[in-house]
Amino acid sequence: MDGFIRAIIQGVPIGGVFALVAVGFVLTYKTSGVFNLAFGGQAFASAALYFKLHVIEEWPQWISLVLSVFVLAPLVGLILERVIFRHLRNASDLARLVVSIGMLVLIPAVMKEILDIATVVKHPVGILPDGLHPYQLFGRYPVSRDEISQVVFAVLAALLLAALFRFTALGLQMRAVVESARMTELAGIRSDRITAFSWALSSTFAGLAGVLIAPRYTTVNETYFFVLVVAGIAAAAIGGLTSLPRSLGGGFALGVTAILLRTYLPQDSIIANQIQPALPFIVLFCVVLFWKDRATVSDPLATVDPPPPSSASDDRGALLTWGTRGFWSVVLGLMAMHALVWGNEFRTTLYTQAVIYAIIFMSVTVFTGIAGEISLCQSSFAAIGAFATMQFADRFGVSVIGGAFIGAMIAALVGAALALPLMRLGGIWLALATLAFALLFESVIVNFDWVGGLVPLPKVPRPLLGTIDFENERTFFVLCVVALLLVAFVVVRVRNGTTGLFLTAMRGSETAIASIGVSRARLRVTAFALSAGIAGLGGGLLGMYSSTISYSSDFGPFIGLFWLVLVVNLSTRTVEGAMQAAAGFVLFPEYILKPLDLGGAYQYIFFGIGAITFARHPEGILEFQKRRSMNSIQRRIDRRSGRSSSSEMPSVDTPTMGTTS
Amino acid sequence: MTPVLEFREVHAGYGPFRALFGVSLALESGRVLALLGSNGAGKTTIARVASGLVCPTQGSVLIDGAEFGGKRPWEFAREGFVHAPEGRSVFGSLTVSENLQLALRFRHKATLSVCIDKAYDLFPRLGERRLQLAGTLSGGEQRMLALARVMVDEPRVLIADELSLGLAPIIVDEVYETLRVIQNTGTSLLIVEQHVGHALAIAETVVMLDRGRVQFDGPVADFASQDAGVPR
Repeated sequence: MDGFIRAIIQGVPIGGVFALVAVGFVLTYKTSGVFNLAFGGQAFASAALYFKLHVIEEWPQWISLVLSVFVLAPLVGLILERVIFRHLRNASDLARLVVSIGMLVLIPAVMKEILDIATVVKHPVGILPDGLHPYQLFGRYPVSRDEISQVVFAVLAALLLAALFRFTALGLQMRAVVESARMTELAGIRSDRITAFSWALSSTFAGLAGVLIAPRYTTVNETYFFVLVVAGIAAAAIGGLTSLPRSLGGGFALGVTAILLRTYLPQDSIIANQIQPALPFIVLFCVVLFWKDRATVSDPLATVDPPPPSSASDDRGALLTWGTRGFWSVVLGLMAMHALVWGNEFRTTLYTQAVIYAIIFMSVTVFTGIAGEISLCQSSFAAIGAFATMQFADRFGVSVIGGAFIGAMIAALVGAALALPLMRLGGIWLALATLAFALLFESVIVNFDWVGGLVPLPKVPRPLLGTIDFENERTFFVLCVVALLLVAFVVVRVRNGTTGLFLTAMRGSETAIASIGVSRARLRVTAFALSAGIAGLGGGLLGMYSSTISYSSDFGPFIGLFWLVLVVNLSTRTVEGAMQAAAGFVLFPEYILKPLDLGGAYQYIFFGIGAITFARHPEGILEFQKRRSMNSIQRRIDRRSGRSSSSEMPSVDTPTMGTTS
Repeated sequence: MTPVLEFREVHAGYGPFRALFGVSLALESGRVLALLGSNGAGKTTIARVASGLVCPTQGSVLIDGAEFGGKRPWEFAREGFVHAPEGRSVFGSLTVSENLQLALRFRHKATLSVCIDKAYDLFPRLGERRLQLAGTLSGGEQRMLALARVMVDEPRVLIADELSLGLAPIIVDEVYETLRVIQNTGTSLLIVEQHVGHALAIAETVVMLDRGRVQFDGPVADFASQDAGVPR
């Protein structure tokens, strides 16, 4: 009994931390409609500034607190709203999620660059003087001042915010603006002010949470905050992402359960070592799984927006199409020559890497570009491919090429198996479930011996086909290019074929596609399996390429987010989008950052800036540029041939379709 | 007398799609103007321009003779322009009573509860479901809710888009009865209606549109006398 009480008393402060994040997350989601993964970055920003001012510069606690929580945090929120999310008000969940991931990367990178705290070895300090001071609860259970402050703030915030939403006009307006800013404006309410206030408020809360939580860690590091946000999301999911009191309860329940598990599970068993740290992810996955999707509300005035542009290549004249194809053939040919003939071996390996990533990224093209859904576990599928290739070659002596195919198959099977329970889910919920899966994969599955838990990890050999030894970098490059062409061929066939048509139709209306007798389930499973299989194949090749698989640096969940954002930023619909994303991913640090002597942080900063640009062009930056250059070239062609400027895309001289009449 | 709302050569559209080509019309204070036309004629776009939802790309929108084009919907609303968009234009995640509070609060702070009670009198069905989420109401009930707020708002100009759509005929008759009462208090009405009979019964001026251009603009009597090819 004593152990039980002790566990609860230890669990409550941890639960308080989860609850604090959960409440903040729900606040952001309710007031901005954005599934804001950048919450972790915002919390980090304030924690980092507080750390810099109070711990390093030794400013008084209260000045540091005011500057970091009540000045910096709302400022960050206002900037995010003004520069980015205002333009995404009517964009898809996908677009907003992608941009928030971009901000999750950008904000900490910028803060670290400005504050220069990465190398400081000091322990973060809470907001109360002498925060570690222990109190003895009931005379024998120690609780520190910092822990008490976390619990108190979590409870107070949940109560106050719930009251704001329930009893005040402002709270009502904040909820209304999220659903339809235009309808709110029709009632005479200035929606832009409400939105700005919402962002400032939720961001302040993120900052406060960050500063309160920081003392739990040995140092201020953004990855802690990211993992913490996922745990907070699990608690928020218990509250359906909208209920503040239930999220609060969820947070405490999560914290207490974690400690209870630690207390009562047998020590040193697999369950104790792996399940307990993964508890938030398991909870998140289960909550999402059993979540009853309420009818999603959409803006009734959405038709005021112009319809999204069609794919640029669909509007292209025949001459321009062949011209473009010729141009890219020449460019790719030259690059291949550079890799194979002119360049040194280092260049060849770099190009090989780009080709492999292009394969992996095409899994995003399938799942996001064609099926229109978001998966945040593509990196796990790639890892499955890589580890399977390794295991089959190591244990059963299967040839690596065979192993890579088996790996792709296994990844596809896992994808299909994952698709079944997630069948009902779409949009944000699917993204959440896949994120939980990726984190679960990282904290539990990878550690098994039959996946990637062996120490030391066996090496993945290069393939040997007859007399061709792919140990040679140039022949291996050719092999990867062949694989890329095959995958690209499949992707294009799927996109332009019946499956692609059905998947595109399903994005429009799941009910409509079911009503014409197409099986939704089969489509979903197909999309999942194909996408996972492609990622698995790419993962296998990446394993062969680097010979030793380094899971955390090549396949971690965070890397998976990075991939998704990169591809979506450029263009998800097209194969060349994936290829250019891969080229950017591999060549940008080498050819742009290194010559300019910019540190690794700048990769993230440029990446975040890319996400901001994307906010203006949710169809993809590449797609936008393509349309622009296409238009100007087409005009030039038309002028040459003496025709009048024929088509500036759909410049419709007749009025619009009935829905917007 | 200066018209309360005037369009001069207004062009408007949605991105690359253009919907209005030089539309001019005027709504006199306290009068009723009906916009008629087939699907895709530009009726809804005119209603949206008149409430600020869509900005004209060319031409002017004047309120009481002052230029108002390019202003935001809330500025139109504060001039007393109330727009009931077509379809189920309610906040699905708010309750019935919250929907009404939100819509009426700005203009009727002091008499909010009186106004809301009036709405429930008008549509008793809503009164029974005041704590239900609007998104879970039936299509007709959502339409009632959308109308309820504009009916009790006592605006200067009421812009009503497809009022009768989705409502039972008996309720449509009631709605038009209420419109007449509202008009008698001095409100000007801009009515978009496919049900020509209803519209002509209440309207004083008719603007007939075809593919974004005005085909006819004049008093109801003239419209009725000439065969404009409109199915009655």
